[in-house]
Amino acid sequence: MSTVLQDPRAVETPNYLNQEYGWQSWLFTKDHKRIAVLYIISITVMFFIGGIFASLIRLELLTPQGDLVNSDTYNKFFTMHGIVMVFFFLIPSIPATLGNFFVPMMIGAKDLAFPRINLLSWYIYIAGAAFALAAIVLGGVDTGWTFYTPFSSTYSNTFVITAAVGVFIAGFSSILTGLNFIVTVHKMRAPGMTWGRLPLFVWANYATSLIQVLGTPVVAITLALVGLERAFHIGIFDPAIGGDPILFQHMFWFYSHPAVYIMILPGMGVISELVTCFSRKAVFGYSFIAGSSLGIAIIGFLVWGHHMFVTGMSMYASLYFSIMTMLVAVPSAIKVFNWTATMFRGSISFDTPMLYAFGFIGLFTIGGLTGLFLGTLGVDVHVTDTYFVVAHFHYVMVGGMVLAYLGGMHYWWPKISGRLYPEGWAKFACLLVFAGFNLTFFPQFILGYLGQPRRYHAYAPEFQVLNVMSTAGATVLGLGYVIPLIYFLWSMKYGPKAGNNPWHATGLEWQTTSPPPTYNFETTPIVTEEAYAYHNYKETHVG
Amino acid sequence: MADTHSTVVEHSEHDPAAHSPHLRHHFDDMAQQFDSATLGMWVFLLTEIMFFGGMFGAYTVYRSMYPAAFASTSQYMNPLYGAMNTAVLIVSSLTMALAVRAARLGEQKALQLFLIFTMIFGLAFLVIKGFEYHEHWVDNKVPLFGGHWDYSEAPQFARQAQIMFCFYFFMTGFHALHMVVGLGLMTTIFLMARRATFSPAYFTPVEVSGLYWHFVDIVWIFLFPLLYLIGHTKKII
Amino acid sequence: MQVPLFPEAASAIATSVDYLYFYLTAVSVVMTALIFAAVFFFALKYRRRSEDEIPEPIHGSLKLEIAWSVLPFLVMLTFFWWGAQIFFANASPPPGAMDIYAVGKQWMWKIQYPEGQREINELHVPINRPVKITLASEDVIHSFFIPAFRIKHDVVPGRYDIMWFTATKPGRYHLFCAEYCGTEHSGMVGWVTVMTENDYENWLAGNGTEGTMAQQGEKLFGQLGCATCHQLDQQGRGPILRGLYGSRVQLQSGQTVLADDAYIRESILNPNARLVAGYHTDVMPTFQGQITEEQLLQLIVYVKSLAIQGAPPVSEQSSAAPGGAATTTENPNTGGKK
Repeated sequence: MSTVLQDPRAVETPNYLNQEYGWQSWLFTKDHKRIAVLYIISITVMFFIGGIFASLIRLELLTPQGDLVNSDTYNKFFTMHGIVMVFFFLIPSIPATLGNFFVPMMIGAKDLAFPRINLLSWYIYIAGAAFALAAIVLGGVDTGWTFYTPFSSTYSNTFVITAAVGVFIAGFSSILTGLNFIVTVHKMRAPGMTWGRLPLFVWANYATSLIQVLGTPVVAITLALVGLERAFHIGIFDPAIGGDPILFQHMFWFYSHPAVYIMILPGMGVISELVTCFSRKAVFGYSFIAGSSLGIAIIGFLVWGHHMFVTGMSMYASLYFSIMTMLVAVPSAIKVFNWTATMFRGSISFDTPMLYAFGFIGLFTIGGLTGLFLGTLGVDVHVTDTYFVVAHFHYVMVGGMVLAYLGGMHYWWPKISGRLYPEGWAKFACLLVFAGFNLTFFPQFILGYLGQPRRYHAYAPEFQVLNVMSTAGATVLGLGYVIPLIYFLWSMKYGPKAGNNPWHATGLEWQTTSPPPTYNFETTPIVTEEAYAYHNYKETHVG
Repeated sequence: MADTHSTVVEHSEHDPAAHSPHLRHHFDDMAQQFDSATLGMWVFLLTEIMFFGGMFGAYTVYRSMYPAAFASTSQYMNPLYGAMNTAVLIVSSLTMALAVRAARLGEQKALQLFLIFTMIFGLAFLVIKGFEYHEHWVDNKVPLFGGHWDYSEAPQFARQAQIMFCFYFFMTGFHALHMVVGLGLMTTIFLMARRATFSPAYFTPVEVSGLYWHFVDIVWIFLFPLLYLIGHTKKII
Repeated sequence: MQVPLFPEAASAIATSVDYLYFYLTAVSVVMTALIFAAVFFFALKYRRRSEDEIPEPIHGSLKLEIAWSVLPFLVMLTFFWWGAQIFFANASPPPGAMDIYAVGKQWMWKIQYPEGQREINELHVPINRPVKITLASEDVIHSFFIPAFRIKHDVVPGRYDIMWFTATKPGRYHLFCAEYCGTEHSGMVGWVTVMTENDYENWLAGNGTEGTMAQQGEKLFGQLGCATCHQLDQQGRGPILRGLYGSRVQLQSGQTVLADDAYIRESILNPNARLVAGYHTDVMPTFQGQITEEQLLQLIVYVKSLAIQGAPPVSEQSSAAPGGAATTTENPNTGGKK
């Protein structure tokens, strides 16, 4: 039985975008799709703010001397780049945008379990962002996004509390999103949508939500303690009165390591969707990919000490954290192998989303492998706190996560907006992103092993050539980001109308109109087959 | 491909009287709504456990680093106040459970009565806590505001005792904050109950608030021994 | 123009670290190449040729999953094992290693040698001799990083951290602070000069000094009034210090601890934290806030120098005038233990 297709040239059907107009219908909406769009706008703004700081950093680093801005200003640049990118872009990005939009649709639900909490979550995000932006505008923060004590609690003269409050508040947004997803996936699956039939994107967001719910409160209390220490001049982490600055690091990383899995898991979920659709083939190793998401979530809570190998932790603790770090790499590797195997004997098409998926697989592999360098004790002693770490995490966060986000946005843009983006420009931008990214960050591995430390305003002159390469790459990368912004906006008015299913993908979200109606489905779907059942399309393959 | 024609009754054919006016339309039925709400509250309480757990963890680390200093502070903790508060909270949990039961059975008067009692006990907790905080203030054991900290009776422990008291005030303070939120919840539920909102078919807010209240009680059950009882009989060296 | 792509290796451990790094790189290159090749090859070979293609599903293979989970993990265990070995080596300075003391403060490194030389942002060491650096911070967390030696260690306020190395190649190498510490973090840099044994001796002799660290410590011992209670050879109000360093001390709490650098530092800053058995609390005043990390190190070196029974105090061993710490003052309250 096939759904009646919309003729793309027909008059626009009622959908979640045109159902109601006016700012009140947006700001008081309970529709998960509209909330997703609100998030898309907000995190894009934050992304470009973080990007401006990145540009200023790379501009300064063109020359070995600190000659563009003074030291304090530079220190604020990298701090605010980190805070904005980590807490206001990476953490919410895919779950709050693509997750919000598609998790309910993928399971056949009309909305998330708690639509009003979903909207509240967005407002809380905005409030957190307001505090972060206030910290920036008032004069900045210079503690690094990691807020290490006693510098942040006693010595820094910048707006630490304001920034910490912003992060604290944003944490609640993250917690509520995670809570909403967990209850939704447990309680609101359509008839026939068993756990074993869930799209892997849902599994990924579910695992992410577990981390959000369990980890975020710990960073909340950690930052609250730092804020209280600053406000009341008491010592919790101040060694001068017996406090332990390393305790701060343990508490901070207990969240912040799982946080990196909050950032990457949804991206991996997107890649599962892209690889299956553009290989037109069922995923290889479904239960292993689903299980590995849970595995990463669980083991991810047990490795935080690998950020602290040179702090003087006991030998036993160091050995434990090193071996657990090796272990957590295994489920990620499993995913990469399974995606590659999915392509085997598939029917591969090279649309832009798939190009981003290719990029992810390659760059995440490099990023993940360099994580092993950092987990290896003897090498970590040399490369920790250098540009090697900076390169590693940008490979996984940008080469991985941002590419996945862009791939997902391109993939689902027709569904979200009802329009097609221009494929030629998209491929070009993808190429710019890939090339620019590698030129920016690969030299940083070399710089790191050479010994250039992180967070350095001025550096030894022999490091200049590699730094210049890195800045050149950043320029190309930045262009690669701006171009999609322009054509996505352009496509909303001038892009050709997309049909229900321009990619001929499986998945419930493609069985409804583009854009979808407010209640997602005319009638509650009943699911009768596994995810990615492309082999069932033999006769009904629709163009 | 998924069969999009379902056997579930289509939305537009709903007889408006066929379901509770409290059913939110993204849910299929009241049972799903109730299950979702309670699961949601359990997940939220899980986050609260992690939040308080972070503080408990940090406190425990410092306690094990400075056992003598922490033991010296125990004479300023009044286990009588603590015990009274524990009793008050346990009774309030009892009345809360009875309130939920009343809601389930549709006993409107009993529901309102038990909610009032729960609130009275909650308020009593806060009042006792207030007396306690006042005593600490008078004894100069509040490191948070300038001139109300003085540990000259055992200056060798002053620095770590300050850490201990900070944790004491943060942990009991955040707990008290949660109590205040709880009282707000109770008030809201009480007002809803007065308007006969609840019935055996719909008492989700009562159930969910009850879970929250019990949790706040349980946090105190852990706070009390940790802060008041451990080391209380040890003499200061 | 010189564009280095790989750092010089100037310590004994550096070559081991480099070999492990090459091993990691080799495995990574192979893995990456395999994945890239597979993706590239599959994309090419299985590219869509007609819109009607529907490939056969391949749901999975337990054997393959186990293979590509277990085998990579076994390889990772070799990374772990080798890395742990290097880490163990880094953690155990050989006995008899030369001591140097480094204090980090915003935004400079203050180096002290036992013979009394002091430097700022410069470290001179002899070749082929194990050197042990005791690290202390006056304010925030810093990190002492010598890329050419492939070592670094955080310098955490409130305690001592140790790192050690054996330099193997003469030359001048970067010293960087590697833990962000505020405004001039990137200015907290310096140089490590590795010299032949002869050159080093010459350098030591040629660099003026106000006395060895132990002598400076002895002076402080008098100035701060430590001698009032801590007599060298007879019991005063405080424990005897001769022979203390390196011994095991019985505490009030019943535990025994080793009297090492950290113990002495703590006893000066927080005397009641680990009180020696038989002594009252609140008798020794704390010197927290009255003494810098550098001075603490000098006192510790002095106490260390009191190790040998019967040997005359340090000030009598040199030709410098006695510092005055050896004399005891009359104190009406002097008495034995309680």
